[in-house]
Amino acid sequence: MRALTWQGTKDVRVETVSDPEIINPRDAIIKVTSTAICGSDLHLYDGVIPGVLAGDVLGHEFMGEVVETGPKSTLQKGQRVVVPFTISCGQCFHCTIQQYSCCSNSNPAEKQDMSATLYGHAMAGLFGYSHLTGGYSGGQAEYVRVPYSDIGPIVIPDHLDDDKVLFLSDILPTGWMGAENADIGPDDTVAVWGCGPVGLFAIQSALVMGAAQVIAIDHYPHRLELARKLGAKIVNFRETNVREALMEMSGGIGVDAVIDAVGMEAHGFAIDNMIDIVKQKVGFGADRASALKQAILSVRRGGRVSIPGVYGGMTDKFPLGALMEKGLQVRSGQTHVQKYTKPLLEKIEDGTLDTTFLISHHLPLEDAADGYTNFHDHQNEWTKVVLKPGMARGSTNTGTTTSKEYA
Amino acid sequence: MHHQSSRGPLAGAAIGIGMLGAVALGGLIAKRKASPRSADDAPGYTARRSFGAYDVVGRTVTIREDRHKLFAFWRDFSNLPDVMENVVSITPRSSDGRAVWKIRAPAGRIVEIETEIAREIEGEVIAWCSVEGSDIETKGRVEFADAPGDRGTRVTLITAYDPPGGAVGKGLAKLWLREPAVQARHDLKRFKALMETGEITTSARTMDETRAAKMENTR
Repeated sequence: MRALTWQGTKDVRVETVSDPEIINPRDAIIKVTSTAICGSDLHLYDGVIPGVLAGDVLGHEFMGEVVETGPKSTLQKGQRVVVPFTISCGQCFHCTIQQYSCCSNSNPAEKQDMSATLYGHAMAGLFGYSHLTGGYSGGQAEYVRVPYSDIGPIVIPDHLDDDKVLFLSDILPTGWMGAENADIGPDDTVAVWGCGPVGLFAIQSALVMGAAQVIAIDHYPHRLELARKLGAKIVNFRETNVREALMEMSGGIGVDAVIDAVGMEAHGFAIDNMIDIVKQKVGFGADRASALKQAILSVRRGGRVSIPGVYGGMTDKFPLGALMEKGLQVRSGQTHVQKYTKPLLEKIEDGTLDTTFLISHHLPLEDAADGYTNFHDHQNEWTKVVLKPGMARGSTNTGTTTSKEYA
Repeated sequence: MHHQSSRGPLAGAAIGIGMLGAVALGGLIAKRKASPRSADDAPGYTARRSFGAYDVVGRTVTIREDRHKLFAFWRDFSNLPDVMENVVSITPRSSDGRAVWKIRAPAGRIVEIETEIAREIEGEVIAWCSVEGSDIETKGRVEFADAPGDRGTRVTLITAYDPPGGAVGKGLAKLWLREPAVQARHDLKRFKALMETGEITTSARTMDETRAAKMENTR
C-alpha cells in the first residue's frame, strides 16, 4: 500500500510499504477514505518528539471502511467508521473509568520502558505517533490495522459525509475535552491560546457549554477570523498586550479559565523562549511553553487551567509560584476519545457543532508531503488539510472553510 | 502482606529473600547481618541494596480478573511461554510439579532448566526453584492477592538467581538474564494484557513483524 512515512526532520515521503494484516482476534483492517494532518504531526515533522524512527507511517486522524475483521471484532465488513487516535483496550482499570488515553495495555510491554522512564508511567498506544506510544502504523495510508476494534471505532450513518465526522478521531473531542477541563460556568470568560483546529473546537465547545465570553488569542489573521465567526472575541498577540487586554476584557477580575491549545512549540518573544528553541533543536527535550506561562499569569485567582496542547519534555522558568499562590486548578492529558465519540456524533447530527468550517484543503494522499510543508509554513491559510487516498495525484480541492478569503 | 511477619535484625534481608521459600540462603543472610535494614513497609526487593550473589527482582501489576483464574493460568506452567517471550516451552516432567524450561540463549542456543515447586497455596502463591545441576540457579515466586474493591487481583512476581561458577555458566547467565528487571516487567505486563484483553498487545503491521515472529526467526 501507499503511506506517508517519516524519514527525518522535515522529511516525510509517500512510499510503498507492506499492507497491514489481522494479527490479534480483536483487530480490524480499515480502508482509509479520509485522513487529516494534525498540528501534533507537525511536532513530529519538526523532530521535537523523541522516538520516531525512519520509515514510520504517520497519521492519527482517520476514517474509512471496514474491509477485514478478526474473529473477535464486533465490526462488519463494509461499515464506515471513525477511529479514535487513542488505542484503548476497554478492559483495564483506566479504560473502565473512561480514562481511555491512559490505557495500560495498548502500548506493547516491550515499548513501555522509554515513556515510563521519562514520565514515571508508560503512555498508552497512539496511532502513527512515536515509539513512546507504541510505534503503531498510522492513518495517513491506504489501510490501517486497528487493534481492539470492538472498543474504539464508531460506526457512522451513511448520510453524514466524511468531512463532517472525520474529526471525531481527535481534534473535535480534544477541543471539547479542553473546554470540559476548564469547568466552564455560564458567567465565565474563557481565554483560548491558539486558533488552530483544537483551539477553534475548544472555542466552539466553550460557547456550546455556555461561557459568557470566549477570547481567542493568536497572531494569524485568518485563524483569528475563523474564531470570530464562531462567536469569540479575538486578541492578536503581536499587536496587543495580552495580559492587560484579558484583565480589561474580564472586568479586572482576570479570565475565569484558560485553555492552552498551543503546546510545546509556542511562538514567543521572551528571551527564555529563544533559549528553549535552541535547546529543542539540539535535542534537550525542552518544551517551549510561553503560551502556557502567559495563560497561568492571566487566569484569575482560583481559576482553571486546561492544557490540551501537546508537551513532551520539560520546561523551566515555569511560573510555579503563580500556580500555587493564585490557587489554580490544572487539568490536562491526551484525549479520552472513546468517551466523547458518541455524544459528539449526536451534536454533529443535530447541528450543535460545525466541524467543516476549518478545512482549508483536500489533497490526494500522494501529495501528503506538500500538505505537511504548507500546513507548517503557511499556517494562516492552511488551517486544516484532509488527505484522500482515492484522489488523483496533483489534483486539489478547496476546503469548506468559512473564511471569506478562502471560501 | 505476610512476608513481613518476621522482624528483627535479619528483617531487611529476610523480607526479600524469605519470599523465595525455604531455600538455603544462610550465607547470604549472614552477610547482611552487619547492617540490618530498618523495617519500613516497602517490599524487600525495593531496597536500595543488592542481595549479595543473588539478583532479586520483584514487580507487581494489578489485573482486572479473578484471583483463582489467574492462579490457574500460572499453575499450568505450559501456559507461561505465551507471556514469557524468552521461554520456548515448559514441559511438565512428573506429577509432582517438576518441569523442564527451555529458554532462548544467544546464537540460537536453548538452555534447559529443571524446576520443582517449592511452595504452593491454592489461589495465593506458587514458588519454584531450579533443581541441582541446572545451568542457572533460579528461583521464582508469584503471589496473588485481592486488590481493593473491584480492581481485580494484585500479582507480584519475584525472581532470584545465582549465576553459577565458571566462565561458561556466568556468560550464559549474563546473556540470558542481562536485564532481569526488564524481563520480569515485560512478562508481567504481557500476562496482564493477555488476561484482561485476551491478546498480547502488538503494534506490528504484519504477522512477520511481531515480536513472537522475530523471536522465531532469530532461533
